[in-house]
Amino acid sequence: MSWNTLQQNRAARLQRASAALGVELDGKSLPAARIADLLHAVLECGDRVCLEGNNQKQADFLGHALANLNPERVNNLHMLQSVLALPEHLDVFERGVASRLDFSFSGPQAARVARLAAAGKLNIGAIHTYLELFSRYFIDLPPRVCLIAAEAADRHGNLYTGPNTEDTPAIVEATAFKQGIVIVQVNKLVDKVPRVDVPGDWVDFVVQSPRPYYIEPLFTRDPAQISEIQVLMAMMAIKGIYAEYEVQRLNHGIGFDTAAIELLLPTYAESLGLRGKIGKHWALNPHPALIPAIEAGFVSSVHSFGSELGMEEYIHARPDVFAIGPDGSMRSNRAMCQAAGHYACDMFIGSTLQIDLQGNSSTATAGRIAGFGGASNMGADARGRRHASPAWLKAGEQARAGRNTIPRGQKLVVQMVETFREHMQPAFVEKLDAWVLMEQAKMAIPPVMIYGDDVTHILTEEGIANLLLCRTDEEREQAIRGVAGYTPVGLGRDKRMVENLRDRGVITRAEDLGIDKRLATRDLLAARNMKDLVRASGGLYNPPKRFRNW
Amino acid sequence: METLNYRFEQGTRRLTAAPEVVGVVGSGNLEVLIEPAALDGACTIEISTAAVGFGKIWEAVMNDFHARWALADTRISINDMGATPAVVSLRLDQAVQTMLGDAA
Repeated sequence: MSWNTLQQNRAARLQRASAALGVELDGKSLPAARIADLLHAVLECGDRVCLEGNNQKQADFLGHALANLNPERVNNLHMLQSVLALPEHLDVFERGVASRLDFSFSGPQAARVARLAAAGKLNIGAIHTYLELFSRYFIDLPPRVCLIAAEAADRHGNLYTGPNTEDTPAIVEATAFKQGIVIVQVNKLVDKVPRVDVPGDWVDFVVQSPRPYYIEPLFTRDPAQISEIQVLMAMMAIKGIYAEYEVQRLNHGIGFDTAAIELLLPTYAESLGLRGKIGKHWALNPHPALIPAIEAGFVSSVHSFGSELGMEEYIHARPDVFAIGPDGSMRSNRAMCQAAGHYACDMFIGSTLQIDLQGNSSTATAGRIAGFGGASNMGADARGRRHASPAWLKAGEQARAGRNTIPRGQKLVVQMVETFREHMQPAFVEKLDAWVLMEQAKMAIPPVMIYGDDVTHILTEEGIANLLLCRTDEEREQAIRGVAGYTPVGLGRDKRMVENLRDRGVITRAEDLGIDKRLATRDLLAARNMKDLVRASGGLYNPPKRFRNW
Repeated sequence: METLNYRFEQGTRRLTAAPEVVGVVGSGNLEVLIEPAALDGACTIEISTAAVGFGKIWEAVMNDFHARWALADTRISINDMGATPAVVSLRLDQAVQTMLGDAA
């Protein structure tokens, strides 16, 4: 019986690479022009291959090379990928190099994923949340080969990722310690890396990419596009939830709704005397909308999943706030930050597209297989949590009042949504589009982003529904209808029951919170455009070109 | 374009301030003009909207608006370029609050 087949297989792959590249393999480094030869040599048909596609950084050179391999030599690859962001990520399936996919998020490519799946060219194993997919890399889906991106490498293969560390440590560790092959594209080869993010003996091949890797400023939002309704909703969030529960540790989802909250901390929250009382510790990407709150002294610390383009100098100048290496630049870590957001945060608040009468929240739409990303873990009660905090205890008390249960806390999970989206599409529905997508894509269950039994509050321009206080399914349904405005779901409310819920504080409207709607204008934003953000940063924030609109 | 007219009788609150215009078509998507008018205690609302077929929603929004404020002798003109009910309600409330001042 042989106990070292993985090691033997690894040695054979390395030998084939060495033979294919000959003298052009210099230690671990090879010329960019030989990348296809390397991939043809080390890959075997049916391999599990993890291609680093993150929210921000993309191993685009390696992804392009993979998509252009000869499908007669390399085929039926099983791709593992947290994010499918680039066309190349699907070209591998279109060309027949790969046939199976396990992933998390495919936002920009969601329609094409659905088409390829329907055409039988792409067989989806499962759609995961980030933490769930990373976990499987270590258990039943270890990559045989991984293709990753870093800022720089030295001749030993030590890697420097710079601020966009993101998924890299998790992918490399899972691959290297199962005798897989680690191939890295770097922006530059250097004598000495500024800091070691991945030790060289975990790395097999390094190739300097002809172009720096692509990076997407995914979380940047221009404050100029924040609406008055979003300002009103942000006021309700701050007064009705942040202050109410004394939320000190939290994660914000992506989008304008939460950007509005960030930009109201130095103005509205300050006017309510909330500095130091809310929003001190964050699991959040270092996006520019947080700059005014940091400068105003609201924010003590930020740990990040990834970095955000243009924030490098600002981060460098605020080392007390961000996680900074000895080289002075940030290190992010998506796996650790997801764990931190799950276990060490008292609240998640984020936007969604659809909410049903049970409070299930979904971003799935027919014809698009977009997956989940981070919200599902951030927006779930951490059942393994044991430490207490005021926010966690209060939420737990509200959920358990009058019930004969042992005391425990609960995470606040807030879904924030305007009752109508663009083109008057109602955000509240009797049945989620996720059910249609389940049929279309032959999934086992409908793709729900956040389950209703994890959602504690729904916030719309009509008010806040506190689902923790609901005692029956009927109350819960009416609480949701009660903040669903003029959508068919909202118009279908039982008026008397909704008024009763309002009397009990299950539904809170802006006027119940003492909010002066006249203040709900864009003047309340601490920054009203990109230039204001640059100014707030003292000139340290350097927006990407597409956001330089002044 | 569609024009919708509503009239609510027997209001209880009269406006005294000068006409108020809130929201600008062009930069925003809604223009609201509120002015005092001798209407036998009624409040009339005329809506010109670019979005056709939302009469039922407008009616519900206006009923709720009247339930909140019960304005008397007031003429409201709304020029809508596809605003959501949320924007309509907020702009109306802001305008009325401003005109009523401390009486709001």
